Amino acid sequence: MTVLAVAEHRRGELRDVSYELAAAGADLADATDSELHLAVVGGDVAAFGDDLVREGVDAVHTVDHGEEFNHDVSVQAVEQLADGLDVDYLLMPHTVNGLDYAPAVAERLGLPIVTDAVEMAVDGTLEVTREMYGSKVETTIEVESERAAVTLRPAEWPQAPTGGDAAVEPFDASIDESAVRSTVTGFEEVGGGDVDISEADVLVSVGRGIEEEDNLDVVRDLAEALDATVSASRPVVDSGWLPKNRQVGQSGKVVTPDVYIAIGISGAVQHVAGMKGADTIIAINTDPNAPIFDIADYGIVDDLFDVVPALTEQFGG
Amino acid sequence: MKILVTVTDVAVVDDEFEIDGLDVDERYLTYELNEWDDYAVEEAVQIAEDGEEVEVVTVTVGPERSEEAIRKALAKGADRAVRVWDDAIAERDLLDAETKASLLAAVAREEEPDLVLSGVQSGDDSFAATGVTLAEKLGTEWAAVVNQLELDTEAGVASVHRELEGGVEELTDVELPAVLTIQTGINEPRYASLRGIRQAQNKPLEVRTLGGLGLDESALETPLRWTATDEPETEGEATVFEGGADETAGELAAVLREAGVGQ
Repeated sequence: MTVLAVAEHRRGELRDVSYELAAAGADLADATDSELHLAVVGGDVAAFGDDLVREGVDAVHTVDHGEEFNHDVSVQAVEQLADGLDVDYLLMPHTVNGLDYAPAVAERLGLPIVTDAVEMAVDGTLEVTREMYGSKVETTIEVESERAAVTLRPAEWPQAPTGGDAAVEPFDASIDESAVRSTVTGFEEVGGGDVDISEADVLVSVGRGIEEEDNLDVVRDLAEALDATVSASRPVVDSGWLPKNRQVGQSGKVVTPDVYIAIGISGAVQHVAGMKGADTIIAINTDPNAPIFDIADYGIVDDLFDVVPALTEQFGG
Repeated sequence: MKILVTVTDVAVVDDEFEIDGLDVDERYLTYELNEWDDYAVEEAVQIAEDGEEVEVVTVTVGPERSEEAIRKALAKGADRAVRVWDDAIAERDLLDAETKASLLAAVAREEEPDLVLSGVQSGDDSFAATGVTLAEKLGTEWAAVVNQLELDTEAGVASVHRELEGGVEELTDVELPAVLTIQTGINEPRYASLRGIRQAQNKPLEVRTLGGLGLDESALETPLRWTATDEPETEGEATVFEGGADETAGELAAVLREAGVGQ
C-alpha cells in the first residue's frame, strides 16, 4: 500500500504544514503497513526535495513546473503521481491552496474526500476525526473503502524530524497546457496602515459579540485605559467596522503579545491560529462552551457589556 | 447571462446542548442562511444590478425547512430558486461534498449558468469542498476562497483575488465559465427589504427530486460513514472568575496588574 502526501510552498519557502503532512503520513503508513511518498509541485524543487527528506519518508517526488502554485498544474501532477504510485491514501493540506485543488484531484481519481481532519486512526478502516458547528462537536467519519483523500488541518500534527534516507526523484509530469485555464498574475499584501498589531504587547481584541459598530467604544475605552491596541476577529473586519490590518487570524495577522484579551470572540479555529502564541490569554464571553475558553488562561463567563466597562473603571477609565 | 448561486441553510448550536445519537439534539439547533452563501448571493445580485439581463438562480440541497433561507436569498434579489430533495436524500445521515456536488451538478447541467458562486464552506459541517468538486464535475474552471471579483464577460475571464493565509492575496485570472467559492468580506450583504420579502413570496421556487433530475440512488452512494459525535474534551485549564461583573472585573484587573498591564 502507498500513502502520498503533497507538500505546500509559497514564495520560495515550504510551509510548515508540509512537515506536518509528512508526520501524519508516516503514522498512517505505519498503521497500514504502507510506503510513504511525498510530492512537491513547482518552485525550487531541488531545495524543497532535499528539505522533505524526513524520518519515515520512503521517497520524495519533485515536479519541476512553474514557480508558484497553480491549481490546474497541481491537479494534473498529483493525479498522475497518484495513478502511477497506485496510491491508497492521498493527504493534502487543508489550507487555502489545498482547498483550491484537493477536491478536484479527489474527484478526478474517484476518491472520497474527507476534509479538515484533526486526527486519523486505523482500526481495520480509516477513521477521521473532524469538527462541526464551529468546533463545538467532534465527529468521526469512517472510510469504508480502501482508498481516500484527506485534507489535514494545519498545526494539528507535529513536524516530521529531519533524517532518513529517502530518495529524491524528479517526476516528469505531462502537463496539458491547454487544460491550464487559470493564471496567477501576482500577490498583494493586505492591511498595512499605521498600526502593526503584531508588534503590540497588549491586545484588546473584539469579536462578533460586540453586535454593533457603535459598541466598539466600549472596547476602545478599555484599550485606552490599559494602554493597549485594539484588534479584531474576522466578522468585525468583514463588517467594515475596523480595517483589515487589525484582523487576527489565519487570513489576518499572527500575533504574539504578552496579554491577549478576547472580548466576545468565540474562538473559531481560524482565529485561534493567529493568537494562540500569546503569553496570557483572557476570554470574556457569555457562552461557557465557546472554544476560546479551551485555550484561555483566565476567563469570565458574562455579558461583555457589563464586564468590560467595570474593568475599564478598575483602571481609572 | 445566468449566475447560479448555491445556497444552504446551516444549523447553529445553542450555547448549551445535548447530543442525541449522531447529531446534536434538534431542540438545540436553529437554522439560518449560511453566512458564506449570503456573501455569494450578494455578489451575484450586485453583478445583476451592474449589468443587463443577468438572471440569478439559487440552488439548494435541503429539506422544506431550508425554504426560509431560500426566501431570504430571493428577498435579497435572486430571481428564482431550485431546491433538490426527496425521501432517499432525507434518509442519509451524511451528505458529503461529493454527493452534494453530484446533485448540484445535475441542476447546473440543466441551467447552463455562465458563472456559479458558492460559499467557501457551510457553517455547520465545514467541508469546504463542494464548490471545487462541482467545478470538476462540470468540467469548468474554478477558484477557491475569492474575496474580490471582476468579471470581463467579453473576454470570458474572471479576475479574482484569493485570500491566502497571513494577510496575502493571490491575484488570478480564471477562464469562464467557472465556479468561484466566495469568502466573507467580499462585499456587504444587504438586509432584505420589506418589499423584497413580499416579492420573494411570489418568486418561483421549484422542488426537484433525484428521479426528476434523471438521477437514481447511486448518486447518493458514498463510502463515508458518520459513525460518532462527541463533545470535545476541554483541553484548557482556564481560571474562570465567578460572581458579578464588578467582582470578576476586579479579579481580572489584579491579574492584569500582575502582568504589568495598565501601569
